Amino acid sequence: MEKYNDFEKIEKTAKVRKKVKNVIVYTLLSFWGLMVLFPFYWMILTSIKSYSAYNSEYIPKFFTLSPTLQNYVEAFTTVPLARYFTNTIIFTVVTTALMLLVTILAAFAFARLNFKGKNLAFTIFLSLMMIPNELVIITNYVTITNLDMRNTFAGLILPSVTSVFYIYLLKENFEQIPDQLYYAAKVDGTSDMKYLFKVLLPICKPTVITIAILKVIECWNSYVWPRLVTDDELYFLVSNGIQEIRENGFGRENIPAMMAAVVVISVPLIILFLIFRKKIMAGVSRGGTKG
Amino acid sequence: MEREKLKGWLYLLPAILFLGIFMVYPLVDVFIYSFEEGYNSASQTSWGIGTYNYSYVLRDPYFLQALKNTFILVIITVPLSTCLALAIAVGLNSIKKLRDLYQTIYFLPYVTNTLAVGLVFMILFKQTPYSDGLVNVVLGWFGMTPVDFIGGPYWAKMFVLCFYTIWVVLPFKILILTSALASVNQDYYNAAKVDGTSKFRIFRKITLPMISPTVFYLIITGFIGAFKAYSDAVALFGTDLNASEMNTIVGYVYDMLYGNSGGYPSYASAAAIILFTIVLTITCINLLVSKKHVHY
Amino acid sequence: MKVVLQNLTKTFPSRNKKVKEEVVAVNNFDFEIPDGVLVGLLGPSGCGKSTTLNLLSGLQKPTSGKIFFGENDVTNLEAENRGVGLVFQNYALYPHLTVRQNIMFPLQNLKGTAKLSKEEMNVKVLEAAKLVQIDELMDRKPGELSGGQQQRVAIARALVKMPKILLLDEPLSNLDARLRLQTREEIRRIQKETKITTIFVTHDQEEAMSISDIIVVMKDGVVQQIGKPQEVYDNPVNLFVAKFLGTPPINVFDGKIKSGKLFVGEDAIMDIQADTDKEVYVGIRPEGFVLNENGALRCRLNTVEVMGRDISVVSYNDASATDNQAIRSIISSENTVNLAAEYVRFDVKPNKVFVFDKNTEERIYFEKE
Repeated sequence: MEKYNDFEKIEKTAKVRKKVKNVIVYTLLSFWGLMVLFPFYWMILTSIKSYSAYNSEYIPKFFTLSPTLQNYVEAFTTVPLARYFTNTIIFTVVTTALMLLVTILAAFAFARLNFKGKNLAFTIFLSLMMIPNELVIITNYVTITNLDMRNTFAGLILPSVTSVFYIYLLKENFEQIPDQLYYAAKVDGTSDMKYLFKVLLPICKPTVITIAILKVIECWNSYVWPRLVTDDELYFLVSNGIQEIRENGFGRENIPAMMAAVVVISVPLIILFLIFRKKIMAGVSRGGTKG
Repeated sequence: MEREKLKGWLYLLPAILFLGIFMVYPLVDVFIYSFEEGYNSASQTSWGIGTYNYSYVLRDPYFLQALKNTFILVIITVPLSTCLALAIAVGLNSIKKLRDLYQTIYFLPYVTNTLAVGLVFMILFKQTPYSDGLVNVVLGWFGMTPVDFIGGPYWAKMFVLCFYTIWVVLPFKILILTSALASVNQDYYNAAKVDGTSKFRIFRKITLPMISPTVFYLIITGFIGAFKAYSDAVALFGTDLNASEMNTIVGYVYDMLYGNSGGYPSYASAAAIILFTIVLTITCINLLVSKKHVHY
Repeated sequence: MKVVLQNLTKTFPSRNKKVKEEVVAVNNFDFEIPDGVLVGLLGPSGCGKSTTLNLLSGLQKPTSGKIFFGENDVTNLEAENRGVGLVFQNYALYPHLTVRQNIMFPLQNLKGTAKLSKEEMNVKVLEAAKLVQIDELMDRKPGELSGGQQQRVAIARALVKMPKILLLDEPLSNLDARLRLQTREEIRRIQKETKITTIFVTHDQEEAMSISDIIVVMKDGVVQQIGKPQEVYDNPVNLFVAKFLGTPPINVFDGKIKSGKLFVGEDAIMDIQADTDKEVYVGIRPEGFVLNENGALRCRLNTVEVMGRDISVVSYNDASATDNQAIRSIISSENTVNLAAEYVRFDVKPNKVFVFDKNTEERIYFEKE
């Protein structure tokens, strides 16, 4: 019967171990969760503290008893935040739309049409995926400057349109759709264009939505290019807008107003993320990188 | 057939136009720029072809500072963020309750504007005449003397930059590693479990080899990404990175191109090509190493 | 080591979230497995046999009931502490380790007093490899092995630590027909040599019958019958077991008991000791037919298939309860069948005829004449 006790002991220690492990895992995970969430909490908290209250706190308080929306009013009135916002929306929508059009046509050509030189063209496309943006941005800057397109939407948008990776992603998806569908449509006298937009796209909608969302995130957060080609506040996007606010905006010390602007800028994407959480995460794990 | 052929190229035309003008042409052009000595962007003339631009850049103290900063950043953040992401992903994989919630929270930094949240970090770390800043207050609880992390000593600034960089890159890594872990066939774990394998040994001998291709992918992309660091630094220290000794190679490229010190596309091109060469070399080394260590 | 299952039950929440009902994978399994036997858990897919195996290995925990290894209650013991060997259906060999490293893996887990030296491990690994005859493949990776070889490595890995119990999950299903025959003999031989209590799961009745000491027939999580293969075959307790065992399968007819006679359709095939008349199913094994010109059972002749030692007569009877009404009877090839004849007549061997209740499908037992 000695053995019997042995088993009981093993069973007990195993249970205790499991509990201890669980406590440790949850503690650590929660700790990092806190690290992630805290900056967001702090920016919202600061944005609703009044200017005088914020500046009188030598040791910052973790809460406020007299929240105010004054900073938000300030953010929209003192600096052209609404203008940055509109610019970014225009930039994002147009760039994404153009990108979708170009990508869909190219992906369709690669996936479905047969023409001479297709394989070579595709190989060249693929090798372009490895070209870092930093290399080509210099000439693009010069090109746009020479074309007199600085401080225009065209100058902002055109170089940001292409994404070889998305063409590749969509082409892969198109190729998964069985050939029979295409031939059936052909037999019925459907044109290629109609087949693409009436049959293929509705089937591949999830991928199209995914790349659209990824592009939107990329556009919303893009900083380097807008900074290079715009120096007129009228064409600032939120990223270089916020940098402008930081350096010349409310007077250096009006941090609550600055935080209000930060909140306003961050909220649209967070809402988008919470709505399309599953799609975005699936899309990113299929090979997206930070834009 | 002739029509069919034409149609194919017609569908490709927009993509080819965009890529040609904004990718292929610039790629060729950047090499030309980098070898054109004394290029003047106003008159679009140069006095010759040579390697002067490279030697200028390599002797420029600002570039050397940027090089040093970038290397420190890479060496610290790539291993640290990968290990941290792995630990978090393993933790996530071992729980059932609240897993979705944690995953969602961890992913948040990915969808936020780097510049905007960088401001929050700046406020948290900055020491001003009016306040020590929250981080210093917390450090004070542990008896440490306050430091200005944004305008103070070099190590403090580097610490914030690394910390923020890790905070920004972690969501992507956690996501990729979590899905890699989830895709390991459960039977391997069950087989090891039945054989009485300890948790640590399962991780080292089974989990790690199984996900090693993903880990190496993350290390390679991590290196590439970290070498291109720029906007994180701008978010924390402002646009004049040279003044705060916190410039990066990419930052140097842009400074050469534009702004107060700008107007030198040749120097910018040379610096960009140096960066590209470094990244390419390191990626090749990484690939060679991963060939040796990824087993199947 | 003997293994005791006591009222073992496992329920899962239903996959369909709208239906709150639980799925009962294993229902009240009660069984004592004697030491050193080879047990086949047999049933169609979804019958709970794999779940039973997982409960034994500790990978899943029962909802209620108990499991004993010998005298020890292991019900709540984690898999890693149970000391069982388990061979997975897809083998689960670690792809990044060589055959030797795979087999050595369980040994390297041993701790404390059980810890082995390098030499001892090598000896044990080689022993296990020899037992399954793969000692020449030791430095290959699993990806370089054939299915049959992988299977052997998996068995060696499960055996190397001399487990108290060896569990095999569908061990032959990923092998081709020829290898299957060979490997099942192999499993039998290994089990005989090591004398480890072995439980294996299969949906293939022939496989289970051919090598098991005891078979357990399951359906919908409920054990139907436990016994030696021949006993279960000769004496099925219900229609399900009768149909599940045997190739070709048993012939089932609609029949009735009327004034002491057993009828198939309108043909009285045998006398029977029964007081009440009622409708029944009549099951007759293929080998239970005897060709007789004046036989009681008349069927329409279809074809005759020659199989060498035996011939198989395929005929039709309106009373047949199978879908296509075909009846297959196996008789010695010494008999000749007139293929031109429209009808064929059989007598039946009473011990090959089983009667089942029409509603419950349970066997009805009689004192045979």
